[in-house]
Amino acid sequence: MRNLQTHLRELRERAEEALTRPAAFGPDFDPALFLKEEAGAVEAGEDLSRRMREAMLLSGFDPEERNRAGSFMQQNDDVLYEEVGRAYKGQVEIMAIEKALEKYDWLWDYWWQAVPVDADKYTAYAALYEKGGYFIRILPGAQVELPIQSCLLQSENESSQRVHNIIIAEEGSRAEIISGCTTIPQVVTGMHLGISEFFIKKGAFLSFTMIHNWAESFHVRPRSVAILEENATFINNYLLLKPVRSLQSNPRAILQGKGAKTRFNSIIYGQEDSVLDLGSVLELRAENTRGEAVSRAAADGRSRIMMRGKLVASSNTAQARLECKGILLSPNTAMAAIPELEVIGAPRADLSHEASVGPISREAVEYLMARGLTEEEAASLLIQGFMKVGITGLPEILEKAVDEMTETISLGGL
Amino acid sequence: MLEVEGLTVKAGDRIILEEISLTIAPGEVHILLGPNGSGKSTLLRAIMGMGDQEIVAGKIIYNGEEITRLTVDERARLGLGIAVQHSPVLPEVRLRDLAGLLAERYGTSWRSPAQALNCEHLLDRSLNEHFSGGESKRAELLQLMIQNPRLLLVDEPESGVDLENIALVGEALNTLLKGEKIKDRAKSGLIITHTGYILNYINADRGYVLINGRLVCEGNPRDLFEVINKRGFEGCLDCATCKRI
Repeated sequence: MRNLQTHLRELRERAEEALTRPAAFGPDFDPALFLKEEAGAVEAGEDLSRRMREAMLLSGFDPEERNRAGSFMQQNDDVLYEEVGRAYKGQVEIMAIEKALEKYDWLWDYWWQAVPVDADKYTAYAALYEKGGYFIRILPGAQVELPIQSCLLQSENESSQRVHNIIIAEEGSRAEIISGCTTIPQVVTGMHLGISEFFIKKGAFLSFTMIHNWAESFHVRPRSVAILEENATFINNYLLLKPVRSLQSNPRAILQGKGAKTRFNSIIYGQEDSVLDLGSVLELRAENTRGEAVSRAAADGRSRIMMRGKLVASSNTAQARLECKGILLSPNTAMAAIPELEVIGAPRADLSHEASVGPISREAVEYLMARGLTEEEAASLLIQGFMKVGITGLPEILEKAVDEMTETISLGGL
Repeated sequence: MLEVEGLTVKAGDRIILEEISLTIAPGEVHILLGPNGSGKSTLLRAIMGMGDQEIVAGKIIYNGEEITRLTVDERARLGLGIAVQHSPVLPEVRLRDLAGLLAERYGTSWRSPAQALNCEHLLDRSLNEHFSGGESKRAELLQLMIQNPRLLLVDEPESGVDLENIALVGEALNTLLKGEKIKDRAKSGLIITHTGYILNYINADRGYVLINGRLVCEGNPRDLFEVINKRGFEGCLDCATCKRI
């Protein structure tokens, strides 16, 4: 970057102008409330490390690093661990983002290049109060068979994380990342702002699985954009397991190289008083690009779920489909599915969508009960299937998490 | 095995079944006939405990135990099983997963009945999604084979099934009903049929005609069919061949 200082000053100015700009979607809150110097301490003691470990496991992070190519771990603002497995040295780089920016001048060319710094107040706060995050780079041609894992853990009450991640899959590389964001049970409230910028180079394949495991009074605003070059593939899996106060996210994939492909799978379980506004935007700009966005949401308790999805095609040979399906498990929930299709100057582009919101079929439950399954077992079987049917290529860890999650669901008042 | 005593069933404000009484002894198979809308399916569903209808009078006794207020699954676990006329589509459930779950529950195997019923190609598909009529029936019979009920309630097994599949369905029902040879463990059935084709595969002991929610006569199933074929269901109302109820 020719003039880094000028560039950084411009970014700062744009962020400052956006400090009061609400997000396009989702409930608004003031991020400043969670920027206290002194965060609320949680009970320390011998249980803390055990609880941290349990929280990590819940978010897909294996502290033993079994069958992992490398790991990154951040607790609150502190990077605790960054390591590439011996077999993958020279194929993968994993390090704290600050360290990576010091090491590589060229990385500044990627900094805030995919996600606009002034998109809303949350990107602005993340930029102005940024602390931590990871840099993961899969080197050209590297075929990383084992997943790379990361964990962003918040263990202080009323605290916040403002992380910025950059993930680069270099030309012809292939890798899978499992990224967990989690709190320990003592943490009740807080904020997580996460910026993730993905650059999937020519012919590269990246599967990114994000598991969110928050607390019931947490506010979460992830901001992610992936840029795909020619024949690149990006699979984005998202799973929300636990109640959260508010979560709004609308990740975007920009397919700017011909033949690029993307698939977004979202499995959302809304519980208690969670307010969730989740979607994805796939922009198919080049010829022969393909996209698919599939969401499954189950609304329980008094949760409010907005399922969005938008396909934008500007190439005649682009094809994409969108599927948003939701089931209502309690009489006190609300859910909306809002699919959008947009074609810009490409009359032969092929976009389609399917959306449904409704209760679980009483007839189906009764049919299974006639085979001797209890109502809970029947509901669990149906919900488990609902959450997974149509979603392909789920990592095993997600399959297991969904199975465990649906085992505890009952039909409540329905 | 099954005693239905003075059963009156209402759906909303409408009486669907009125004072129905019948008894099926262990090892007996009874046939239920009647025009469309006469209440046949409602009677089977009421015995199984399915649907939104309300039982306003009467009781259902199974093996000496009153089951009128039991839930569907409680009745299933006591030994009742049902094959419905139109199986619902369950896009969420693969036949293999359900068969596996039931086999584990009932301590039986699903592989050999799946083979016998020519269901193997359906195992990895969502249950009844884009199934033909014959495939749906076979998938349901597979579930019943695993469940192995002692009292089998079957709603129009021929419905939507081609002639080739009727033989397969008929033989499977016959296998299901044969049960063990020990007399006190014999199985029973109550089968709704429109066409009577199923009588070529099953030895039915008794038949009933249900018209406008009332059982109007009972007798030998083949005799009943003969009368109905000649004179229609209206003929049952003034026929001397069978026993008027």
